[in-house]
Amino acid sequence: MTTAKQSVVDTPEEGDDPSRPAAWQRLRSANTLWIGLVLLALCVVFGALRPEAFLTLFTAQTLLIEASVLLVLAVGMTFVIITAGIDLSVGSVLVFAGVVGAKTMEALSPGGDATDAGWGVIAAGLVVSLLGGGAWGLVNGLLIARARIPALIVTLGSFGAALGAAQLITDGVDVRTVPSALANTLGSGTSLGVVPNLVLLAVAVTVLGDLVLRTTRFGRHTYAIGSNAEAARRAGIAVTRHLVLVYLLVGLLAGLAGFMSLAYFRTTTISGHSTDNLNAIAAVVLGGTSLFGGLGSVLGTVIGVFIPAVLTKGFVILHVQAFWQPIAVSVVLVAAVWFDQVRRRARNRS
Amino acid sequence: MSGTPPLLAARALTKHYGTVEALRGASFEARAGEVVALVGDNGAGKSALVKCLSGVETPDAGEIVFDGAPVRFTSPTDARAMGIETVYQDLAVAPDLDPAANLFLGRELRKPGLLGRLGVLDKAEMRRRATREFARLGVRLPSVDVPIGALSGGQRQSVAVARSVVWASRVVFMDEPTAALGVVQRQRVLDVIRRVRDEGIAVVLISHNMPEVLAVADRVEVLRLGQRVARFQAADTTVEQLVGAMTGALTQEDAA
Repeated sequence: MTTAKQSVVDTPEEGDDPSRPAAWQRLRSANTLWIGLVLLALCVVFGALRPEAFLTLFTAQTLLIEASVLLVLAVGMTFVIITAGIDLSVGSVLVFAGVVGAKTMEALSPGGDATDAGWGVIAAGLVVSLLGGGAWGLVNGLLIARARIPALIVTLGSFGAALGAAQLITDGVDVRTVPSALANTLGSGTSLGVVPNLVLLAVAVTVLGDLVLRTTRFGRHTYAIGSNAEAARRAGIAVTRHLVLVYLLVGLLAGLAGFMSLAYFRTTTISGHSTDNLNAIAAVVLGGTSLFGGLGSVLGTVIGVFIPAVLTKGFVILHVQAFWQPIAVSVVLVAAVWFDQVRRRARNRS
Repeated sequence: MSGTPPLLAARALTKHYGTVEALRGASFEARAGEVVALVGDNGAGKSALVKCLSGVETPDAGEIVFDGAPVRFTSPTDARAMGIETVYQDLAVAPDLDPAANLFLGRELRKPGLLGRLGVLDKAEMRRRATREFARLGVRLPSVDVPIGALSGGQRQSVAVARSVVWASRVVFMDEPTAALGVVQRQRVLDVIRRVRDEGIAVVLISHNMPEVLAVADRVEVLRLGQRVARFQAADTTVEQLVGAMTGALTQEDAA
């Protein structure tokens, strides 16, 4: 159209290309560097105290496997918290998705026993788990973004409702017939000799989540909405639609996590996920993602998932009472949020 | 100047907020290549008028004419699609994003080819163009890599102004763009306004600072109690005349 617009759109002259920001600068600004050093220090300390027990392949494998399901939940939670939202329902949605997936596989198997089910039945179970998780995410998103009910309340509601629904479906009794083919491959199988398949899947989800958040327009809009939703709206971003999609995403990931949990435990573990939501939130916040939105990274979340996991393993190996773990995690968590507050206040004063 | 037809015009707009009548048949005109100041006391209806003209709100009655044809904006996106941009008084920027990301907010450039179709951003290109645009508009920033929240208030304001100006191809509304700025920063924003005007864009300046209005505007339109009460050529107008029109001491019969 006219000059002002065109000068942005046409090809520029050379020589004005500023150097890219160094990666370490970005890490430092998001507290990720510090929390990463904490994780490294923990590994070094435990490794130095009991190298023969801590620095083993078996420890590494179990550490990674036990963190996999939480990591998938936490990747979704990272997106939600960057929009300045919260999702308390992920653990219950995980259970619900596992239950509907397992029930589907049983229903498709002769005699209602899915133990010997084939891959077609397993695939159907996966799809139903994802749909179940996605449905809760969609409901959360619509109530939060469209009906404008606070995320804390909406997801507190679905936290209770999804678990209740799972218990209604099963009469409160865990589904125990999980296909062996699934449990032996995704649940306890390994690839390349040493890498557990469950971990591979979690890594794939994490890498994809990181790429979407850092490099795509979807990720950029996620940050923008968390930073200043009104500015995003005025800039023409479809804020309502985007928020619905973010909660849908976290629901889908909770559904996938439910299926992974099913494969790993060979049962639905209905009562075992009541604190998954808090663990996921703690991991995200530990990793430098701000509860006030606009700031955070998947890399930080990975570190945040492993700090509690490493502490647990280390305490077990050192024969420290396991009850110290939550105390230690809480101290680090509160410190991380405090640093974030101080940083924000220092910035906003200028 | 009055010979050229207006680029954007409001004709007898009315707007109610509950029982409050914010606009009572307000008219307004902006021409391409001129800075027109919209002045009035608090509650005169300036914000309501700008909101109607920039698509944020729809008037209850009256007509908006753009480029000779009546238009209806149902959202700011409609107005933006026609090259009408707004600089908001309350700095609508995302403080956690860097200046380039803010400049391209909602208009992100994507990489060519498959990656772009997957939504992958072309960050290097956006940085490069942003740096060039900031240089062109005289916006001086210590770094284009820091979040905007870490910049000074004046620098943040400059980025907000630059963002609208860069994308405005026809009309740009500026609601108190120099409020809370230091002397040097204020001068820089006024320079930007003149530069944009010289590119043939209509600049609508809302300001309470009368000397500033007379310094930068070509024309002034005065609102009082939801109606236009006076029009002036800035060159032969005094602050006293403007204040007189704003307070009701002076009215022009033909202005409404």
